[in-house]
Amino acid sequence: MTIGAPAGAAQFMALSAVLFSLGLYGALSRKSAVMVLMSLELMANAVNLNLVSLSRFTDPAAMTGQYFAVFSMVVSAAEIGLGLALVLAIYRQKKTIELEAMEELKG
Amino acid sequence: MAETVNGVAFFLLAFASIGGAVMMLSTRNVVHAALWLLETMLATAGLYLLLDAEFLALVQALVYAGAVSVLVLFTIMLTLRRREDAVRPFEPGWGALALAALFGGAMLLAISRAPLPVGVMPESVPTMADFGRVLFTEWAVPFEIASLVLLVALVGAVWWSGGDRR
Repeated sequence: MTIGAPAGAAQFMALSAVLFSLGLYGALSRKSAVMVLMSLELMANAVNLNLVSLSRFTDPAAMTGQYFAVFSMVVSAAEIGLGLALVLAIYRQKKTIELEAMEELKG
Repeated sequence: MAETVNGVAFFLLAFASIGGAVMMLSTRNVVHAALWLLETMLATAGLYLLLDAEFLALVQALVYAGAVSVLVLFTIMLTLRRREDAVRPFEPGWGALALAALFGGAMLLAISRAPLPVGVMPESVPTMADFGRVLFTEWAVPFEIASLVLLVALVGAVWWSGGDRR
């Protein structure tokens, strides 16, 4: 892509794929529960961007992607709220939020 | 009649969002990571503006940049006993990096080969009023379900993070 050329759906999807991969890397590699949740937010963000851009480039009048993105935002807001509440609950029990400390179910 | 997305603005915002994500993952301080996530979210709001999704840009700025980052920062501060705990050891996670790079590479290859619409996009941009009207008519049932989900999540979050009375 040359800088300055009009951006199309492919550019938006490529940006979204890069953001999603970065979020995937963070979610898999971090050892702090808060960092994992932040990486999940990054992935949800990339998905929303994909929905909105494809909706804009194919059928902007219907705005379907925007509605999907709104509902996806609701779900990810609920997820981060519950996730952080869970992190606080775990911190109160274990005094740490390192994922390595949560291994009761480890076989 | 058709219009395009300004390439320079797109490049700047894409650079801001990817740069924010990279900095979020490369910084060792958790508080700095939360602030870089905030920057990425704001850049994404700008991208929504480029895509004529004003309402989503607003929601993005309010919910992600406002509420979620405050929530994350509060959780970080409540779960740190000392100031030095915010700085974490270097954790590269080479396996995760390889997996994510493989996934991203496959995605980029698929995108480069797919017959996607080019830079010219159809006009006919509905206004925010149209957005609201359709949301409360065609999408009314999913909207109500979404509000129920948020209510349940709110009650659950209060229940889980509530005091030590139980």
